[in-house]
Amino acid sequence: MNTSNYLEKKYSSAPLAVFRIGFGLLMCFSIIRFWFKGWIETLYIEPSFHFSYYGFEWVKPLDHYTYVLFIICGISAFLVAVGLKYRLSIFLFFLSFTYIELMDKTTYLNHYYLISILSFLMIFLPANASFSIDNLIKKRSYLQVPKWTIDSIKILLTIVYFYSGLAKINSDWLFKAMPLKIWLPSKFDLPLIGENLMQLEWVHYLMSWGGMFYDLLIPFLLLYKPTRIYAFLLVIFFHLFTKVLFPIGMFPYIMIMGSLIFFDSSFHLKVISLLKKIIPINFIKSNHYKIVEIYRLKKPKFIVSIISIFFIIQFLFPFRYLLYPGELFWNEQGYRFSWRVMLVEKVGSSVFKIANKKTGSFFYVNNDDFLTPFQEKQMSFQPDFILEYAHFLGDYYSSNEDQDVQVYVDSYVALNGRLSQRYVDKNVDLYNEKESFKHKKWILPLKDEIKGF
Amino acid sequence: MIRKNIILLFFTSLLLVNCGGSDDESQSDDIAPIAYDRAKMLVHWADKIILPAHSSFKQTLIDLDNSTKSFVAIPNQSNLDDIRSKWLISYKSWQHIEMFDIGKSEEIYFKSKMNSYPAFKTRIENNIMLGNTNFDDVSNYSSQGFPALDYMLFGIASDDTNILNKYTGGSDYSNYLTSLVNKMLNSTNSVINDWTDYRTSFISSTDNTASSSVNKLINDFIFYYEKGLRANKVGIPAGVFSGNPLKENVEAFYNKEVSKVLLLNALDATIKFYNGTSYDGLSSGPSLKSYLTHLNSSKDGSTLAALIASKLETAKSQINTLSNNFINQIESDNNKMLVTYDAIQSVVVLFKVDMLQAFSINVDYTDADGD
Repeated sequence: MNTSNYLEKKYSSAPLAVFRIGFGLLMCFSIIRFWFKGWIETLYIEPSFHFSYYGFEWVKPLDHYTYVLFIICGISAFLVAVGLKYRLSIFLFFLSFTYIELMDKTTYLNHYYLISILSFLMIFLPANASFSIDNLIKKRSYLQVPKWTIDSIKILLTIVYFYSGLAKINSDWLFKAMPLKIWLPSKFDLPLIGENLMQLEWVHYLMSWGGMFYDLLIPFLLLYKPTRIYAFLLVIFFHLFTKVLFPIGMFPYIMIMGSLIFFDSSFHLKVISLLKKIIPINFIKSNHYKIVEIYRLKKPKFIVSIISIFFIIQFLFPFRYLLYPGELFWNEQGYRFSWRVMLVEKVGSSVFKIANKKTGSFFYVNNDDFLTPFQEKQMSFQPDFILEYAHFLGDYYSSNEDQDVQVYVDSYVALNGRLSQRYVDKNVDLYNEKESFKHKKWILPLKDEIKGF
Repeated sequence: MIRKNIILLFFTSLLLVNCGGSDDESQSDDIAPIAYDRAKMLVHWADKIILPAHSSFKQTLIDLDNSTKSFVAIPNQSNLDDIRSKWLISYKSWQHIEMFDIGKSEEIYFKSKMNSYPAFKTRIENNIMLGNTNFDDVSNYSSQGFPALDYMLFGIASDDTNILNKYTGGSDYSNYLTSLVNKMLNSTNSVINDWTDYRTSFISSTDNTASSSVNKLINDFIFYYEKGLRANKVGIPAGVFSGNPLKENVEAFYNKEVSKVLLLNALDATIKFYNGTSYDGLSSGPSLKSYLTHLNSSKDGSTLAALIASKLETAKSQINTLSNNFINQIESDNNKMLVTYDAIQSVVVLFKVDMLQAFSINVDYTDADGD
């Protein structure tokens, strides 16, 4: 297939419009939900210390102005939905949402990352070409957009599913049914299935293998027209079922909504005409604006190159773990931003020892003096958290008179039901170790092997 | 056409969910529940461990109360010896219930009022002088309970004669002593009375949620082992958290001779609870240990269950190498305290990391999404 031909292809603008509305409304609702659950307070304002992403240490919560950030994020999501000043709104949404996610990596979730990069992608897509308030302001609406703009969303969703399927091809997931074998029996309190089905070993295996095949195949079943409708039913079932099992917030709804992009434009046109009937405002009439056949991007070459680079990064980034020695699930070097979703059950206990180089005296730190229980839990089994916290403690206990502070950690971690083992070399002064993208030599290797991706 | 499809789609998905439901229902008739019976475990905990431990503790307090009355009436050496011995019996018994910080106990800050140490000596003296017995005041938590009694019975003067002098003629000291014991008895009564009603909701709350009895009690148990036992009784006095030993922070600082015996009682209570041994020691039932063993098909469960049991025994024998008098131990060879601390700490890791992972219970219940 000729690339330039492909880039010239046109398709109905309806799928992007429906996607824009669905995305905007879900995001707006997510922000409101987050606020009402009190999480802005408990996750961003109450903690005295925040875990930063390497290179983004300058991104911190803004005290009570953090609420303003969420207001901006919520309003811009709503404006995206209605398509008012779309480009500015989606840009503001991308910035505010990404800022929120960068404030503290304790709350890292793969689907938050998806929202960040999806909203980045949407900055370059003409999602306001039709059925938007921008149409009324500019007095023109477009019937068609470049087909690749719709396909780009499909590609991103395909990457998410396929890569998370790939990640499940490992010996723990497939041959030990781990960690589902831990998680499912603990759902004994589910009605009907909790006391029996969730306890059965073959169910754990069935769900492990089923989950892997689902993730690997679902994007292709959605792309292929004859299987599409069944694939979509499966999407609904799968995501609602996982919603029942696990506390995964808005993720199921985002994926169900996102999968609609795979449908033909006839479906989206129906949705739009349905919405037009529901919305009681009759100013959305075609005589208020001119209908233009084709939407043309202003700087197509620039936009296409940005999006190409974006996808090259998306294709390669999840494989960066190959650059690191050791077990990925254990060392977690290259683990995030790679669609490794619900893949490991890891629990840790990390207690820090503050020692004096000269006198040799030492004492242990109470983590709850500095961290919230959630932060302590996340810190205890992730090396970059441990290092960052060790430096925080080192700085905290150093003073003008005392420059001899050393920070050691007594850290034990259990992975996927294995007995816990020491995680960090207890003789390494972490205050002396610098954060970098290099391999962290002070992580003790897992005394076992997990095969696979 | 499309709308028809949408309707069809929702209809079929509803059907699918419903089918799933009815399938499971029919199967649940065939398959007997194979999940660990937590309800049975809760009944065992309530009826064989928690309630007997509380009523036995209450009896020791009644005895202490009687001895207090006699002592206040006639403050002589033999009555002093008697009240002291009743104090110790009761203090040992307390070690078996401090971990059950649930229900009324949690609500009235029972453990903080009974056993916050070191006792706040100056504040106690002030209270005595001013006749202040407002024991619900947070700033009075370390001026009441067993540590305050420890001070009142062993620490208010240099020797027994001088101690007895303080109580002569129904003094302010006598009044404070009486108030202390009354408060302890009242709090205990209110906890025990509440259990009459609370038991029903306690044993029925078996879910895997933040507020369920099973999860709360397991968390309380681990928290107690980590803070109440490991840190308070050994770690803090040995200087683990401060760099230099704080011997005035030992439990029963004024008595001096019983810190080890109290620690051993606390560890015994821990071991019994973990093993599911009844309070009277005569029977056993469902426990954390058998729960872990039940899960062994999926994990290193049985290994873990046994490992915890053996590490607890190791901790116990390590404690047995210590002097009865922890102040002496800290002064003469604090390293032994630190080694003991490490032995106790190794079980904290097994509880918090391995056991909680096996049960899939969070140490905390942070309200946030996962992915």
